Amino acid sequence: MGKTQVIVGLGSCGIAAGANKVYKKIEALKKAENLDFELKKTSCVGMCFKEPLVEIIDENGSYLYGEIDEKRAVEILEEHITNTNPVKDFIVKSDQFETIHKPYFEGQNKIALRHCGYIDPDNIEEYEAHDGYKAIKQIADNKTSQEQVIQTILDSGLRGRGGGGFPTGLKWKFANNNKADEKYIICNADEGDPGAFMDRSLLEGDPHAILEGMIIGAYAIGATSGVIYCRAEYPLAIKRMNTAIAQAKEKGYIGNDICGIKGFNLDIYVKEGAGAFVCGEETALIASIEGERGMPRKRPPFPAEKGLWQKPSNINNVETLANIPYIIFHGADSYNKYGTEKSKGTKVFALTGKIKNGGLVEVPMGTTIRDIIYNLGGGIQDDKEFKAVQLGGPSGGCIPKHLIDTEVDYEKINATGAIMGSGGMVVMDETTCMVDIARFFLDFTQKESCGKCTFCRIGTKRMLEILTRITEGEGKEGDIEKLEELAYQIKDSSLCGLGQTAPNPVLTTIKYFRHEYEAHIRDKKCPALSCKKLLTYEIDPDKCTGCTVCAIKCPVKAIDGVRKEAHFIRQDDCIKCGDCYSRCKFDAIKLS
Amino acid sequence: MRINRIAQKNKEEEKQVSVDLGLLDPIINKYKTKKGNMIPILQGAQTTFGYIPYEAFIKISDETGLKLSDMYGVATFYAQFRLNPVGKHIIKVCHGTACHVQNATAITEALREALNVEDGGTTDDNLFTLESVACLGCCSLAPVMMIGDDTFSKLKKADAVKVIKEIRISESN
Repeated sequence: MGKTQVIVGLGSCGIAAGANKVYKKIEALKKAENLDFELKKTSCVGMCFKEPLVEIIDENGSYLYGEIDEKRAVEILEEHITNTNPVKDFIVKSDQFETIHKPYFEGQNKIALRHCGYIDPDNIEEYEAHDGYKAIKQIADNKTSQEQVIQTILDSGLRGRGGGGFPTGLKWKFANNNKADEKYIICNADEGDPGAFMDRSLLEGDPHAILEGMIIGAYAIGATSGVIYCRAEYPLAIKRMNTAIAQAKEKGYIGNDICGIKGFNLDIYVKEGAGAFVCGEETALIASIEGERGMPRKRPPFPAEKGLWQKPSNINNVETLANIPYIIFHGADSYNKYGTEKSKGTKVFALTGKIKNGGLVEVPMGTTIRDIIYNLGGGIQDDKEFKAVQLGGPSGGCIPKHLIDTEVDYEKINATGAIMGSGGMVVMDETTCMVDIARFFLDFTQKESCGKCTFCRIGTKRMLEILTRITEGEGKEGDIEKLEELAYQIKDSSLCGLGQTAPNPVLTTIKYFRHEYEAHIRDKKCPALSCKKLLTYEIDPDKCTGCTVCAIKCPVKAIDGVRKEAHFIRQDDCIKCGDCYSRCKFDAIKLS
Repeated sequence: MRINRIAQKNKEEEKQVSVDLGLLDPIINKYKTKKGNMIPILQGAQTTFGYIPYEAFIKISDETGLKLSDMYGVATFYAQFRLNPVGKHIIKVCHGTACHVQNATAITEALREALNVEDGGTTDDNLFTLESVACLGCCSLAPVMMIGDDTFSKLKKADAVKVIKEIRISESN
C-alpha cells in the first residue's frame, strides 16, 4: 500500500452539490499544512443522495465519506489524515465496518458502472490499469474474427439499453452484412428522457469504456468512422469524452492499424446535439448529424443499410457500449449468468422522485421493483405511502402499488403498459396527482413532437388540452373515452417511437388510476391535493387565534376577521396560492 | 416549443443592435467545406453573440451557400438556438420529471414574480433571462436550476429568489 489517497467525486451532480469547492478546500489545506497524501479526482459513484462524496484510502482500507461540505472536509482531514482517526459519523461505506447503507451497495452488480466513481476519467492509465483496452488487445492477439466477436455479443444476450431492447449482436450482424467502402458506428448519447441520467454518469465517469465499446463495435461491423452524438446540456460529458478521444489517439487505440490489426482504421469524434428530444430516434439522430432538422424518416431502409450519409450505420446507446469491453474480455457467460430468460445481464436505473436514496443503481435483470425501491432506495421520503413508479420517461408508463413485485425484464415491464426505456425510475407518493403526471408528460411530448405526423402533432395537442381542462376542474363526462380514442389513433399513425409511445403515460394512468380521473371530472376534487385549481383553503375557527398574519400577507386580501377572533377566507376571491397555509403557525388552515 | 424562438423583428429594429459580423469569419472558414456544417456554424454564431442575429444568417448564407430558409428551419427546430438577444445571466429552471414531482413549477412562478418576466423573457435591465428547460441530469438533487455554470440544487422558492437577489446586489456594486 502506497501513499494515502484522498479522492473527490467530481461528476455533474457532485459539482452541483458543491464538490468543486470541497476539492479546492482540500487542495488548499494540503498545501498550507503540508499534508502527506495524494489528492485525486473521480466521477459519480451513483450515490447522489450523499453528494459531495470524498473517499480516503489509507493503509487500513477505504472510507467513503458522504455529504462533505467545506467545513466537514477540514474536519475529516484533521481527524482522519492527521490523527488517523476516521470520522465514523460521516462514513457511508467502508471495507472496515458495516454502515447503514450496506443494502444499497450489496444489492448491486456493477458491470456497466464498474469504473464509475473508482477511476479518474481524465486519466487513460487508470482505465488501462483496470483491464482497460484489454478486450480490444485480446481480439488483436487472438486474431478473433468479426463473426466471433458478434457471436460473443449474441451469446451474452445483451439488448439495447436505450429502451428499444433490440439484441445488440443482431444489430451488429445486420450492419456487418451490408458491404460498403465506408461505414459508421454511432454512439447515441442524446439522453433526453427527463429523469434518466445514467448515460451522463457513464460519459463523465468512464469515457474510455464507451470508446473501447465503440472500437470493438467498429471492428465487428467494419466501420471506418465513429460519431458520439451527445446532448449539449451535458458540457462536462462532452469535455471528458474529447479528452478521452485525444488520449486514445495518442496511445494508438484510435487511428490506423489499431492494436496492430492490419487495415483496421477508425476515427471517432463528438458531435454536439442542439436540443431536441426526438433526436434520440435513430433516423432523426442521423438527420441531425447531417445538419438538418432532426425529423425521423420511414424505415426501411434501416440505418444498417442506409444510414449516415447513405452509408451502413450502426447506432448503440451509451450503456450498451459500456458493457461491451467487459463481455468481450470476460466472455459471454460472465454476463448472461445474470438476468432472466429473455433479459440477460444487468441494467442501470436512475432512482429519483420521492425516494430516500436517489441515485444510480445497477441490478441484475429480474430484480423486483420493490427490492429496488425499498431495499436499495431505502423507501419513500418522509415514510409516506408509495403510490406508483414511472418507468421509461415520456414513452413509458406508471406502475401502481399492486404491481410493485414486477421483475425488471423487458417483457414483464411491457406487460404492465410501461416500458423499460433507458431506466429512469421516478417514484411517486400519495401527494403526486396521476392526472397531473399524465399532463406533464403530454406537455413534454407535445412540445418535442417534430410535427411530421399529423396525429402526433395535433393529437397530442388535443390530448393535452383535455388533460389541462381536467386538472383545472373543467373536465366533462366522456373525456376519458376521448383521451383513449385519441391515444390509440396517435399510436397507430405515427412514424417513430416518439408518437407511438407518447400516449403511454396517459393510457397507464387511466388503466390504473381511473378513479383519480373520475374524481377530477365528477367531484371536481384532486385526491392527491395537488391540482391547484381544485383545492379549497378553509380556516378552522377552533384553531385560529386571530393573529392576523394570514390576513396581512394574503396577496389578494381575501381573508377577513378581527384581531384575536377567528378569521375566514372569502372563497370567491381566493387565488389558492397557499401562502396562508404555509404561514399559519397554529395549523388552523385546512386543505381539501 | 419550450422557448420562444421566433425572431421578434420589429423590436430588434427599434433597438438597433449592431454586431461585429467579422467575428463569424473563423467559424465560416472552419466549416465552409465540411458536409453537415449547418448546425456547427449556427452553434458557433450563437456562442459568439449569445444569440443568432438576423444579419448573421444573411452573412452565413452569402458565404457558404446554405439556404436562408433551411437555416431558419434548423434554428427554430432545436431548443438551443435563440434568435433574440438574451440577458447577462440565463436562469435555466429544470422541468424534468424528477424536478416536476418536487414542484419545479413553484420555482419558476416565484422567479417570474421576482423578476417580473414571462417564462422565456428577459428583464428590462437585460440582466436575466428566465428559461424552463428539459432535464439537466441532476435528478437526485431536484428541484434544480442553473445560472451560467453554477447549479443550485434542492431548491425552495425562497432560495431561488435569494440567489437572484444576491446576483443583483453583486452586479450593482
